[in-house]
Amino acid sequence: MAGSGNSEVKLLGAWASPYVARARIALNLKEVQYEFLEEQFGTKSELLLKSNPVYKKIPVLIHDDKPICESMIIVQYIDEVWVSSGPALMPADTYDRALHRFWAVYIDDKFVPALFGMMRAPTEEAKAEAKEQALASLQLLEEAFGKISKGKPFFGGDTIGYLDIALGAFLGWIKAFEEMNGFKLLDAAKTPLLCAWAENFCNNEVAGAVIPETTKLVELAKVMQAKFKSAPPAN
Amino acid sequence: MAEKEVKLFGMWASPFALRVEWALKLKGIEYEYVNEDIPFNKSEELLRLNPVTKKIPVLVHNGKPLAESLVILEYIDDTWTEGYSIMPEDPYDRAQARFWAKFADDKCVSATYAVFTSFGEAQQKLLQEARDAFQTLEQALSGKQFFGGDQIGYLDLAIGWFAFWMPIFEEIKNLSVVDNENAPLLKEWFARILDVDMIKTSLPPRDKICELSKQFLSGQIKR
Repeated sequence: MAGSGNSEVKLLGAWASPYVARARIALNLKEVQYEFLEEQFGTKSELLLKSNPVYKKIPVLIHDDKPICESMIIVQYIDEVWVSSGPALMPADTYDRALHRFWAVYIDDKFVPALFGMMRAPTEEAKAEAKEQALASLQLLEEAFGKISKGKPFFGGDTIGYLDIALGAFLGWIKAFEEMNGFKLLDAAKTPLLCAWAENFCNNEVAGAVIPETTKLVELAKVMQAKFKSAPPAN
Repeated sequence: MAEKEVKLFGMWASPFALRVEWALKLKGIEYEYVNEDIPFNKSEELLRLNPVTKKIPVLVHNGKPLAESLVILEYIDDTWTEGYSIMPEDPYDRAQARFWAKFADDKCVSATYAVFTSFGEAQQKLLQEARDAFQTLEQALSGKQFFGGDQIGYLDLAIGWFAFWMPIFEEIKNLSVVDNENAPLLKEWFARILDVDMIKTSLPPRDKICELSKQFLSGQIKR
């Protein structure tokens, strides 16, 4: 069942996408050999359109020619298929597993839209609202971390798990926004546990290496902001 | 697994609470049902158990609360490993089931809500979008009796509520969202799933749902 050759596993993605980063972190933690196919910014390849006709979005994992879409669904798939390689990404305890899933949904529903809302919101007022929402979500995640980690460095305990990947993949963009906006989203005073967690995540050889450099993301953000202002909204 | 106390905080007219009840019944799990007065009179206990989203359903097992109906479905299947199997076994099939459940909640629910609460020209456009969404969802059936295969599974539990609610909405607003033109197989599945014994005997009263839906769709009560 585990892939051995390069051609069995492909990942359609883009270097700057935090959703793609989730899939890459999982693949790397599980030591899966895969081919990374970079989508060009602004266009969608034939393979992407064919593999994900419903959403036409990256990441798409293609395993033995079968596509799997949606980043956290991909992460679970990787954990279930490459079960004997590397530590488990999902907790063993079923309640902890459910907590990981619950908070991953929360991150996607509440935190991520607020994070990108700070850049894309059309008015200053909307930006301020997005910022409030982002900070409030991180406060809840800070509390959750306290309960779920049980004193260990990650949501997953001693090793990086499903929920660490869900949030950790966004650390590049979190740092980029902090730099561009001149304030801390992860604040040592308000979210000390998450600050320590973020450092552990970024220092992790496998996971940290996937997070793009802050300067490159800042550069990209500026290019995107300019495009966004001059062009009509596109998907 | 030794069963201790299982409590479900729900609301009699909530499709999302119904999903969880269906899963509990499939597994033969005994539970206490607490009906919440949504949305205006949520109990202190609910707010204490789910301070994050303050919504039902909330499952409490051995005193530990869980929210998000799809998360709860997987928890039930993971925890009560004997008896009925809700999730598919194969990882690819599991990924597909999760994908379509998410699609249904992200696209079909909002498309349904949008078309039935709009009017005139706007409604026509939204109607096509809703019809397209359900036509897309039909793909997940791919020639099977149920989304789960020969028996109902996770995806059937996740979207089964449409089989009951959609015809009611369509009747109230005189619109057709799921029919033989855009989604004949899905329409067949609607009939088939409502005929499953467990489902048949756990639906809320149709007349009360009609009444509530009329109020909901006319904006008298909010989501």
